[in-house]
Amino acid sequence: MKGKIHSLESFGTVDGPGTRFVVFVQGCPMRCAYCHNPDTWDVNAGTLMEPEYIIEQYERNKAFYKNGGITVTGGEPLLQLDFLIELFTLAKSKEIHTCIDTSGITFCPEDAEAMQKMDRLMELTDLVMLDIKHIDPEQHLQLTAQPNTNILKFAAYLEEKKVDMWIRHVVVPGITDDEKYLEELGYFIGQFSNLKALDALPYHVMGKAKYEKLGMKYRLEGVPAMDKSKLVEKKKAILDGVKRRRAEMNI
Amino acid sequence: MRPEWTNFVGGKWDKEINVRDFIQKNYHPYDGDESFLAGPTQNTKDLWAQVMDLQKQEREAGGVLDMDTKVVSTITSHAPGYLDKNKETIVGFQTDKPFKRSLQPYGGIRMAEKACADNGYTVDPEISEFFSTHRKTHNAGCFDAYNDEMRACRSSHIITGLPDAYGRGRIIGDYRRVALYGIDRLIEDKLEQKDSTGRVMTDDVIRLREEISEQIVALKMMKQMAASYGFDISKPAANVQEAIQWTYFGYLSTVKEQNGAAMSLGRTSTFLDIYAERDLANGTFTEEQIQEFIDHFIMKLRLVRFARTPEYNQIFAGDPVWVTESLAGVGVDGRHMVSKMSFRYLHTLTNLGASPEPNLTVLWSTRLPENWKKYCAKMSIETSSIQYENDDLMRPKHGDDYGIACCVSSMVMGKEMQFFGARANLAKCLLYALNGGVDEVTKKQVGPHYRPVEGDVLEYNDVMQKFMDMVEWQADVYVNTLNIIHYMHDKYCYERAQMALHDKNVLRYFATGVAGLSIVADSLSAIKYAKVEVVRDEDGIIVDFKTTGDFPKYGNDDDRVDDIAQEIVHKFMTAVRRHHTYRNGIPTTSILTITSNVTYGKATGNTPDGRKKGQPFAPGANPMHGRDTNGAVASLASVSKLPFGDAEDGISNTFTVIPGALGKEDIVFSGDIEIDLNK
Repeated sequence: MKGKIHSLESFGTVDGPGTRFVVFVQGCPMRCAYCHNPDTWDVNAGTLMEPEYIIEQYERNKAFYKNGGITVTGGEPLLQLDFLIELFTLAKSKEIHTCIDTSGITFCPEDAEAMQKMDRLMELTDLVMLDIKHIDPEQHLQLTAQPNTNILKFAAYLEEKKVDMWIRHVVVPGITDDEKYLEELGYFIGQFSNLKALDALPYHVMGKAKYEKLGMKYRLEGVPAMDKSKLVEKKKAILDGVKRRRAEMNI
Repeated sequence: MRPEWTNFVGGKWDKEINVRDFIQKNYHPYDGDESFLAGPTQNTKDLWAQVMDLQKQEREAGGVLDMDTKVVSTITSHAPGYLDKNKETIVGFQTDKPFKRSLQPYGGIRMAEKACADNGYTVDPEISEFFSTHRKTHNAGCFDAYNDEMRACRSSHIITGLPDAYGRGRIIGDYRRVALYGIDRLIEDKLEQKDSTGRVMTDDVIRLREEISEQIVALKMMKQMAASYGFDISKPAANVQEAIQWTYFGYLSTVKEQNGAAMSLGRTSTFLDIYAERDLANGTFTEEQIQEFIDHFIMKLRLVRFARTPEYNQIFAGDPVWVTESLAGVGVDGRHMVSKMSFRYLHTLTNLGASPEPNLTVLWSTRLPENWKKYCAKMSIETSSIQYENDDLMRPKHGDDYGIACCVSSMVMGKEMQFFGARANLAKCLLYALNGGVDEVTKKQVGPHYRPVEGDVLEYNDVMQKFMDMVEWQADVYVNTLNIIHYMHDKYCYERAQMALHDKNVLRYFATGVAGLSIVADSLSAIKYAKVEVVRDEDGIIVDFKTTGDFPKYGNDDDRVDDIAQEIVHKFMTAVRRHHTYRNGIPTTSILTITSNVTYGKATGNTPDGRKKGQPFAPGANPMHGRDTNGAVASLASVSKLPFGDAEDGISNTFTVIPGALGKEDIVFSGDIEIDLNK
C-alpha cells in the first residue's frame, strides 16, 4: 500500500546512527510549539509513494548507507502502521537497518487491532528514537496539545519488545529546560534496559521561517535558541535522574 | 649504491630514473593516528608572523606589494631572497625578496604590461620594445595564426578562457627527481635521451632535440640557482631537509619561468617520508625538526606569487596558483600510501592556519586507513582547506604515482603532461543551435548559418539534432584553436624546467573542457518533459523562453534527466575525438569550471531551463543552485553518473554544506548512555 510522504532526504546525518536515508511522512496529531516541520502536520497533504519505490531509491545509493540505514520520521510515522509494516518488511528482506523517529503519541494499548500491527512492526524495527517532549503531564498538554500518558507507556512497551531505544528531548529555554523536570525525565527513562542513548537537542529558531511561509503563527516568538554551551548541564540533569533510578534498581 | 642512498632498498630506481620504484620499495604505510605530530617551533611562529605582516601590507597596497619591471625572470635571474635567513630551514623565493612579483613576458608582452599597469607599475620600455619587435611571444604567435572564426568565437565567449595570452600551466615536473638523483644524474640521462633521438631530421625530431637541449640548460640553471643559496644539488639529497629543499628548488625553478594557469607540485609527501623515516631511525632529526621543515616548505608554497591582471583574477575568482599536492591514495599492490608525512602536510593547516594554497588534495579510497580518514574529516571541519578526489576511479587509469594538476587533472608524475584547454560554453552552444549560429547577446552570426528553430514550441528531437550539429561545429573550431595555442606555447614559451623533470617520451593529454552542463541538461529536460515556448525579439532571434509544467532536474538522481547529461558529455567528447590534435595529444575533457562559472554566466543569454541572462552557471558538474531537492546523496549520485571515460580530465562537484548537516558536534552513538553515565 502507498504511504503519505512529505519528502525524501538522501543524506540524513542526525536521524540515527550513520548516514541515513530519511523518509519524512506526512501528517501528525501533535502540535508542538517548537516543531520545525509544521509543513508535515496536515494529514491530507503529501505525496503517495509505494514502499518499493522508496526502497529502490535507497538501494540506488546504498553504498552511502552501509553504516546507517533508513529512518522514518515526519510527521508522525506511527499514523501509518500498515505502510510502515510493508516498508520495513521490504527493508529487512534487504538487511537494511530500520529506525523510527516518533513521539509515541498514537500508541494505544486498548486498541487490540492496532496493537497487533504495532507488535508486527516492532519485530521489523531495529531502533526507535522516542521523542519525549515533557515528562510532566500538565506541561506536556500545554506544549503539544496532547497528554503524555500513552507516550510513557510506549517506552515500557518498547522494553518489553526488546527494541533498542534512544530518548530524544528538545531543550527549549524557559519551557523544557527546568532541571527539576529534566531530572524527573531521567528518572523515568532510567528504568529501561533497552535505553541505548540520550540525545538532548538544543532548540533552534530555524523553523520560524517555515511558519511565516505557511502563514502560520509561531507560538515561540521571542524565545531564544538554546545556548549550546548550557546544554551539557541540561543533559547532565537528565543523566542524574537516570543514575538515581538505576541506583534504586541496583543496576 | 651512492652514499646518499644508504639504508634504502635498491631496485630498478638505482639504475634508471624511476621514482615510483624507489617509493614502492621504501615507503612506510602508516596506520596510526595524529598523536605523534609536533606543533610549530618558535622560528616557525616568528616567520609566519612576518608573512602575516607582509600579507597585510600587500592587501593594503591594493593586492600587490612589489613588481619587477626590468628583470625578465629566469631560473637564475635573481639573487637569493629570504624572509629571515637565520630562521628559515627551507629557502628560496621567485625573486630576490618575498612578495615581489616577477616579470614573465614570454606568454605575452601585452599581458605582462597590463598586469604591471593595472597595479601601478610600468614595464621598462626597452623590455616592451624587445618583446614586441625582436622576440615574439606565445600570444603574438597565436594571433598570427588564428582565423576570423576563431577570433569571433573567442570574443563571443562560446569558447572561453583560452590560454593564448598567458601561461597554460598544468604541467607538473617530477620535482622529486632532483632530490633522489641530483641534477648531474638527470643531465646525464637527458644527454642519453638526446643521443637516442631519430637520425632523420623530421620536424618532430628537430623539435625534440631542441627541447631536450633547452631542458639541459634548465637543469644547469637549477644547479646554479641552488648554489646561490649555498646548496649543491648536483648530487642527491642526503637527508629529509635536503630532500625537501632539493624538491622545492625544482619546483621553484618552474615558477620563476612559468606564470601558468596552474602550477602544481605533484605527489611528494610519501616520497619525502622515506627520508624522514630514515632520519628518525638514525637520530638525524627529531619529529619537531621534520615538522618544522615541512611547515617552512608549505610556507614557501603559500608565497608563490604571479603578476596578473584584474580580468584574469575575475575569471579565476582571485589569484590562484593551484599548488596542488596529492596525498594518500592506494598502491596497485593494495597497500595504502598514507605515511606520517601525509599527516605532517595536513598538520601545517594547524601550525600555520587554514589556507587554500597549497591545494592539499586527498586521493580518497574506501581502503584508506580509518585513522587517516578520521583525521582528514577533522581537518576538513576545522579548516575547510582540503580537496578530495576519487583514487579508486583514477588508479585503474594512472596507477599509483599520479598527481593532480590544477583541481582535477590527473597525470602520472614525470611521464604524462597536459595541454590545458580552457572550455567550451555548452549553454551558449545550445542557444546557437536554436538561433542558427547567431549569438543571442551580440546578434552577430558567429556560428555556421544552420537552419534555426521554427515554430513557437521547442520539440525535443528537433532541438537535440540541431544541438548535436552545433556541438560538432563548436568542437571543430575549439580543437583547432587549441592546436594553434599549444603549437605556439611550445614554440615561444616552452616549459623547459618542468619538462626537464619528465621522461623523453611523454604522454600528452589534449585537454578540453565544458561549461554549463547542468543548464543544458535541465534545458533539454524542460523541452522534453514540460512545454517550452520561445520568445523572439524584433529580429526573430530567440531571446527568452516560457516554460509551462514541471520537468526532472539534474541533481536528483533521476535517470530521465541524468541520462541526458551523460549523453551530452559523450556526444561532445565524440566530436572532440574526431579531430587531429597537436603532437598526437590524447583528447580528454573536463567538467570543472569551479570559479569561472560566474564569468561565463555573464556572457550567456536566457536559457530554456529558466536561468536568466547573466546569471552564473553552476560550478563544474554541479546541479544548478537550488534544483537538487532530495539531499546531498541524490545530488552526488547524479554527478557520479557522468561517464569518467568521456571526461578523463576530471569532473568536479563543489559541495558546500553547513557543518551541522554533516552531523552534530556531540555525535550520539548507540550505547552512549553507558559512556555518558560513567563520565
